[in-house]
Amino acid sequence: MQPDAEPLLAIRNLSKTFGGVHALDGVDLTVAPGEIHGLLGTNGSGKSTLIKVLAGVHAPDPGARLMLKGREVQLPLHAGDFRKLGLSFVHQNLGLIPALSVLENLRLSAILGGAAIGIDWSAQRRAAAETIARFDLGLDLDRTVEGLSPVDRALLAIARAFEDLKAGGGRGVLLLDEPTPFLPAAGVRKLFALMRSIVADGSSAIFISHDVDEILEITDQVTVLRDGRVAGSRATPGSSRDDIVQLILGRRVEIVAPTQRPDAPAQASRLRLKAVGGGALDRVDLEVAPGEIVGLTGLIGSGYADLADFVFGARRARAGHMDFDGAADIDLARQTPRAAIARGIAFVPADRPRAGGAGRLSVADNMMLPSLDVFFQGGLLHRSRLFERARELGARFDVRPNRPELDFGALSGGNAQKVVIARWLSRSPRLLLLDEPTQGVDVGTRQQIFTALRDEAAKGMSVIVASTDYEQLAAICDRVVIFRRGSIQENLRAPGLTKDAIASACYAETPGTDQGTT
Amino acid sequence: MTDATQASRRQALAFLERFALIGVWAVLIAGFSLAMPHTFLSWPNFTAMFGSSAPAAVLAIALIIPITAGDFDLSAGANLTLSACVIGVLNAQHGVPIGLAIAAALCAGALVGTLNALFIVRFAIPSLVVTLGTSSLLMGIVQWLTNSATISGISTGLVNAVVGTRVFGVPLAFYDVIALGLLGFYVFEFTPLGRRLLFVGLGREVARLNGVDVGRVRAGALISAGLLSAVAGVIYAGVLGSSDPSSGQNLLLPAFAAAYLGATTIFPGRFNPIGSVAAVYFLATGITGLTMLGVPLWATDVFNGAALILAVLISQLARGRSVAELV
Repeated sequence: MQPDAEPLLAIRNLSKTFGGVHALDGVDLTVAPGEIHGLLGTNGSGKSTLIKVLAGVHAPDPGARLMLKGREVQLPLHAGDFRKLGLSFVHQNLGLIPALSVLENLRLSAILGGAAIGIDWSAQRRAAAETIARFDLGLDLDRTVEGLSPVDRALLAIARAFEDLKAGGGRGVLLLDEPTPFLPAAGVRKLFALMRSIVADGSSAIFISHDVDEILEITDQVTVLRDGRVAGSRATPGSSRDDIVQLILGRRVEIVAPTQRPDAPAQASRLRLKAVGGGALDRVDLEVAPGEIVGLTGLIGSGYADLADFVFGARRARAGHMDFDGAADIDLARQTPRAAIARGIAFVPADRPRAGGAGRLSVADNMMLPSLDVFFQGGLLHRSRLFERARELGARFDVRPNRPELDFGALSGGNAQKVVIARWLSRSPRLLLLDEPTQGVDVGTRQQIFTALRDEAAKGMSVIVASTDYEQLAAICDRVVIFRRGSIQENLRAPGLTKDAIASACYAETPGTDQGTT
Repeated sequence: MTDATQASRRQALAFLERFALIGVWAVLIAGFSLAMPHTFLSWPNFTAMFGSSAPAAVLAIALIIPITAGDFDLSAGANLTLSACVIGVLNAQHGVPIGLAIAAALCAGALVGTLNALFIVRFAIPSLVVTLGTSSLLMGIVQWLTNSATISGISTGLVNAVVGTRVFGVPLAFYDVIALGLLGFYVFEFTPLGRRLLFVGLGREVARLNGVDVGRVRAGALISAGLLSAVAGVIYAGVLGSSDPSSGQNLLLPAFAAAYLGATTIFPGRFNPIGSVAAVYFLATGITGLTMLGVPLWATDVFNGAALILAVLISQLARGRSVAELV
């Protein structure tokens, strides 16, 4: 066989164990020259672990082999090795420097890796102009990246990855880790055209996406991971959408009836959202009843993650109003956390280290921050009473160690989350919003958090949980709302509210129009 | 090691850290006293120091308010000078009653703080840049107001109130500093506002998501710093009995050094008023001692500059460790 026919990249028997859990379990992956290879799987299927092994972030378990351009490569890789080996990554955040120009971004590696003094700008400009012209990108070399549209930024990032491949010795493998979810459809087309022209001269690309339709459109071959194993690998031409979804989910998808005309909530609603727009969302309506636990989910970029932020005012919505607890037409474009808290709304953010609590301040201060005024009496902040209350809540929510004087930053992820949840539940809010509440939280703690939420909901608190953990949503929600491309696609209710039902609804094609929104 | 011994060791270490600066201070005093038993170790020497360092001490308290909220005020020194010169111009040159002149100086200080807040909070310009600008701007105004000349003849009422009157031989200005330090201590430790200030500085997003009006807290901190700088200026005018249009700026660096040095003591890892006041007097002791030993004048600048950098280094080490050791 011709040397060209041998795979450009071959992974054999790749495993990775984290504390006894197999993130990857004997994975094989073969990418031929000139091929665009789709890599699919739900969250936690092992995609990101695989990428991180190739990027040199994780060392694989012994026994794995990696062949690149026909040569065996010693594992584990070290961070930065991939450049020399002919691998190039484009991550979702693209890794561009906004304040620098297109030229500087495109030639970043060449400039930084070049001579210590004296940059030959005319040579850099020539090389950059050549790349831009070759792929017909039509980008002005002197514009700063912050002025570019999201599509142009993605194109630039991919073109740069190609430049790096070229600099590393010609052909190589481009790894595209979900570059598309925030791009409009026309932009995705352009991106695909660029990918095609890059692989035309014998390089290959691995394209990671949640979007089955995109995978079908652009890839030649597709590999699906499920629970750390290869669930299947096949040629894309001739594969149907159903085949692939079945591989992702591990079973036949019965067409989940886009059914259940969402009936009116049993009780008068506590929260009614009207035409909320902003982020990925476009005119979304939603009602939540007292005591109801509603899950919001969808594929990344579908907008499910924006709604809770807007209701609380953590970010401003572009447009939209809400009725809440008797107050009508609250303008979400002007909502602030302060105003939301005053109405009895609470918010547990996903970004715990940055937004959940201040690491260098005590657990007690972090727990009581919104309630400080209660402890201010007779002109004195009663610190001992505040600590006492924090200890009490710590015991109730099983914070370990229950020492309110410790720095918040000293707690483990799960315990830090318990502190944040205790902070809000101690105020008996009317509506609790949670964004990925159990990310980085151990299983035992997870259960405790669920129980606490259920107890409070039983007493009438409404809950909205935004998450992509389908199992968790199935476990705690009365209803799960599925988002797709910025609007609500479906309402799933118990019974029939299972992890699989949620997953297949997320991956389902946009159904017909007989779709109300609750 | 058992938990108990570990805990007691940790407590001992914490105690050591809290009072290390006070200990070093005592050593410094002892050293200078041994070297110069008749000149350094005398009550008048100490009382003079208590009085003359009062403006720097108030300035240090002013600085730590915005620093705690995450903003710098480099204009505090110029603001102090402006306030002293407003008093000189109004009182000594135009015969305005001293009470009114002081009120005008305080208003000017608060106004400068408000201006800083407008640009820093409202227009989101980094505080270093804004206050560096206002600092130069104020110095220019001061030169214009005073014709770059020292104005003497400020009402003896003010001089008496600041350094003339003594209690136990110590000028009143020192008691003002102590009172302001305690007031600061109260606000920082015993009011919800003090806690919010800390959260705004150490976790701005956390503060915002917990309903703290971050913009208002930051603006309030900057305006308080402006007002307190002006108070320091009033005391400065009283200490000198005149308005010096240039020397006030020199107080900024020692005040900054004291603010950071203060963060290594009493409440290590936190900017705190009592610690800052102690640090001001610690630095003043060092400089007074060195000067009396006949060290040339330039050594003062070296001492202050080195103290600032070392203080920042130490307070950063203290912070880094306090998080790591608890994990």
